[in-house]
Amino acid sequence: MTMPWKLICKQENLIEGAGVAAMLNGEQVAVFYVPESDNKIFAIGNWDPIGKANVLSRGLVAHLQDQWVVASPLYKQHYELSSGQCLEEDIKVPHWQAKLEGGEVFIATHS
Amino acid sequence: MTSTVSFLTTKPHLIVVGNGMVGHHFVEQIIAQGGHETFQITVFGEESYLAYDRVHLSEYFTGKGAADLAMTDGTLYDEHGVRYFTNSLVTEIDREAKQLILQNGEALAYDKLVLATGSYPFVPPIPGHKRDNTFVYRTLDDLDAIRACAKQVTRGTVVGGGLLGLEAANALKNLGLETSVVEFAPRLMPVQLDEQGGAVLKEMIEGLGVQVYTNTATTEIVDGEMAFHRMNFADGSYLETDLILFSAGIRPQDALAHQSGLSVGERGGICVNNHCQTSDENIYAIGECALWNNRIFGLVAPGYAMAKSAAGHLMGDAGVTFTGADMSTKLKLLGCDVGSVGDAHAQSQGCKVFVYQDELSQSYRKMVVSEDGKKLLGAVLVGDNSYYDTLLQYYLNGIDLPTQAQALILPAMDGAPVGLGVDALPATASICSCHNVSKQDISDAVCNGALSVGDVKGITKAATGCGGCAALLKKVVDNELLALGVEVSTDICEHFAYTRQDLYNLVKVGEIKTFAELLKTHGKGHGCEICKPAVGSILASVWNDYVLKKEHISLQDTNDRFLANMQKDGTYSIVPRIPGGEITPERLIVLGEVAKEYGLYTKVTGGQRIDLFGATLSQLPQIWEKLIAAGFETGQAYGKSLRTVKSCVGSTWCRYGVNDSMKMAIDLENRYKGLRSPHKIKFAVSGCTRECAEAQSKDIGVIATEGGWNLYVCGNGGMKPRHGDLFAKDLDDETLVKYIDRVLMFYTKTADRLQRTSVWMEGLEGGLEYLKDVVINDKLGLCAELEASMQHVVDTFQCEWKTTLKDPEALKTFRQFVNYEGSDSNVVFVEERDQMRPATEFEKQQLIAKVG
Ligand SMILES: Cc1cc2nc3c(=O)[nH]c(=O)nc-3n(C[C@H](O)[C@H](O)[C@H](O)COP(=O)(O)OP(=O)(O)OC[C@H]3O[C@@H](n4cnc5c(N)ncnc54)[C@H](O)[C@@H]3O)c2cc1C
Ligand code: SF4
Repeated sequence: MTMPWKLICKQENLIEGAGVAAMLNGEQVAVFYVPESDNKIFAIGNWDPIGKANVLSRGLVAHLQDQWVVASPLYKQHYELSSGQCLEEDIKVPHWQAKLEGGEVFIATHS
Repeated sequence: MTSTVSFLTTKPHLIVVGNGMVGHHFVEQIIAQGGHETFQITVFGEESYLAYDRVHLSEYFTGKGAADLAMTDGTLYDEHGVRYFTNSLVTEIDREAKQLILQNGEALAYDKLVLATGSYPFVPPIPGHKRDNTFVYRTLDDLDAIRACAKQVTRGTVVGGGLLGLEAANALKNLGLETSVVEFAPRLMPVQLDEQGGAVLKEMIEGLGVQVYTNTATTEIVDGEMAFHRMNFADGSYLETDLILFSAGIRPQDALAHQSGLSVGERGGICVNNHCQTSDENIYAIGECALWNNRIFGLVAPGYAMAKSAAGHLMGDAGVTFTGADMSTKLKLLGCDVGSVGDAHAQSQGCKVFVYQDELSQSYRKMVVSEDGKKLLGAVLVGDNSYYDTLLQYYLNGIDLPTQAQALILPAMDGAPVGLGVDALPATASICSCHNVSKQDISDAVCNGALSVGDVKGITKAATGCGGCAALLKKVVDNELLALGVEVSTDICEHFAYTRQDLYNLVKVGEIKTFAELLKTHGKGHGCEICKPAVGSILASVWNDYVLKKEHISLQDTNDRFLANMQKDGTYSIVPRIPGGEITPERLIVLGEVAKEYGLYTKVTGGQRIDLFGATLSQLPQIWEKLIAAGFETGQAYGKSLRTVKSCVGSTWCRYGVNDSMKMAIDLENRYKGLRSPHKIKFAVSGCTRECAEAQSKDIGVIATEGGWNLYVCGNGGMKPRHGDLFAKDLDDETLVKYIDRVLMFYTKTADRLQRTSVWMEGLEGGLEYLKDVVINDKLGLCAELEASMQHVVDTFQCEWKTTLKDPEALKTFRQFVNYEGSDSNVVFVEERDQMRPATEFEKQQLIAKVG
């Protein structure tokens, strides 16, 4: 089996405490760089299923009850960065494993 | 003899006939729309009381007096020049001459006429129905008569087992009479209940000691042996009773329509269209006398809706039409819960039914669902109305039923929740149908500071009509409060145990320059989407740093972070500053050219600027490069900051202008353009008191006078309009600016996050006088500091876009994707009226289908 990790970009392309969008296999991914978190990097789908637009990477990162979340910039629902679970509705967006290694950002292609 | 009364007025004359609940609501509505300025309004009512709350009429027997039930004591009418006459029956309409004839023979000319004559109780023409000690149940006078009689006798009977009949039976019981109900139909409440529901209700009511005779026709009423009356029934049996109360239905009071030849329905009722106009366009009919689409609406909420549409139409707004109303009801009759929703009789095509019955605890519930089981079409409840609110909301909002739909009428087992949480209701869900208050209206009220059910009632009027929604209202309010975290504290969020005002002072006094520093010294955790932008805004108000600095960028809401306004499809709109709305042809052409080059949708805004829609993230810097080259600056339409200073051309061009409003507007806009504040701020400057710039609806409004400038503060348009308060008169230029500096900085320093000046003022203890004291008399000794703070903001202004274009780090963030040069394939435009707009979901599917 080959390694499922895919190089996405350099660490310097990320924005501290916020998200950027990336393309993975034709799918839009929101990649968040949260230096204070254990994980440092999170990847969830960029598609906001409620606002119906590719915007989650442009939301505000928040820390609520010990969970890292992003608030959708359209209608403000929260999505957990680690699981893609929406806190307000019974909806989940996709999520991927992600890591920072040697100044580079990787996402696992099997989610 | 007819004498003609004439009134000295040049306004068209609007006459309202009938001062019941709906007639009164109509007057309220038309006053609210300024109709008393357009029309001379006169009201005639037949009863001796001004409008009172007929819905709660029965409370007249349980302790309430006429004054408690009154809907007005006439003050509202007096204050708005509405003339009213009680004890005045209108007997004739002369449509030819456009005049009314009163019972006393007087005539009065009208231009527009509104009939709100309600209905009258139907008394079946049984021989003996006019005997003494027979009554109806409709007015305060009726109830006085019933009470007087009940004092003398022991037995009372209600003819009619419908909703009102049972209510009347309850009243007789409360008056201490042995009570019976005689119903012609095979069951009680035949309109609302099905057979089984009616049977359960009968059993319950008999359990309370009220005799119920269904399927019983009275043939005559004669002298009794043991009691005053004897009612002989068709089957040969009889009932003896002292008092008879007829409640056999109501009939629309359409006598005037018959008399004047307006078209009426076959079974009565004045025919009206969606604006509640009768067959004579100058005559409207509303409430229970009106027949819409061949239907009479015997409830108060539809009557209110009719009043609103007629008032709107008279005031030139044909948009509020009456298009029918929901007739679902819930009530407590003789202590028994009864509810009926939608199609209670399961008459819809292909519908399916769930039934639950419990003979032990006497309850019955039925649910009528669509053929596919997805939607609720109707319901019947007897014995327990706690299921009603949820069912009604499913019904009214067409919400898809859950898979185990039957749970909605089954008793809660093991405490499993059955209710539809108020969370699940859409914002448009109607909570109070009497006053047409939606869930959104309630959450707006809560957001604007109404923190209790009482406050919300005061603002929205919800639950002040029939009161049926009170429980639901409480749930919605509690839920909204919970969502705001209000009941716990005034802390801004879980990360800072402070109010915004506290944080502002901490930042200023502690010379704190970053979010991280503030969090470390005064907060905990890592911040969230509430505190981050709030602190970002405070830092900007106090230090006025570039907002996209590395340490500030993650604090910014998406609009601030990308210096543009995100639209529903994730693209942005761009608004360059056009101070005072003054723009040269050259710049106008540049805007047009840029829009053309990037295929942007263009629209003139309410603030006299031009908004360019549909730019993608990566286009923003390119577009701004061009705009800045042409001399434009950022308009900060994305920020909680000064938006625009709207203005008229003033004395330069206008023949009425008394001062140069144009120059003042431009100067003010340029002075305050960098200010970040708790919420957006709008200004306007008018060149004279004709007020073409609508300054009194702005946060800061300036109006030129012969003696200088009048300053208005804390006005608002939009969702909750507020007229600005006149703060000071006849100011010279310098004092005007000084006062505005102080007011705005005091607001910035003390308001809550996302609190507009209007709401801030409303919550300011001491109100306008206090603000004057602080700003004009320097009561707090703050003025020097406020001015210095403002001067700092003015001196450190930078165009954020200019700075961004010079900052490669910041520019990096404007890439659509970090690893791909393409664009977002979900952003799709179509053309409409010669411009592009976002495609709808449906259009996208069509386009994709075509391509694929
Ligand atoms: C006991 C009772 C309980 C009720 N409970 C409920 C309830 O729980 N929920 C609900 O939604 N509804 C209820 N209703 C119905 C509700 O009261 C009516 O829908 C509402 O009052 C209709 O208002 P209206 O203005 O159309 O008619 P009305 O309130 O009847 O007013 C019409 C007025 O016009 C006057 N008038 C008539 N003709 C003339 C004329 N020619 N000249 C001058 N004046 C005239 C009448 O005297 C009367 O005062 C109840 C009614 C009663 C009687
Ligand atoms: S407000 Fe006065 S000066 Fe300005 S346009 Fe209107 S009339 Fe003219």
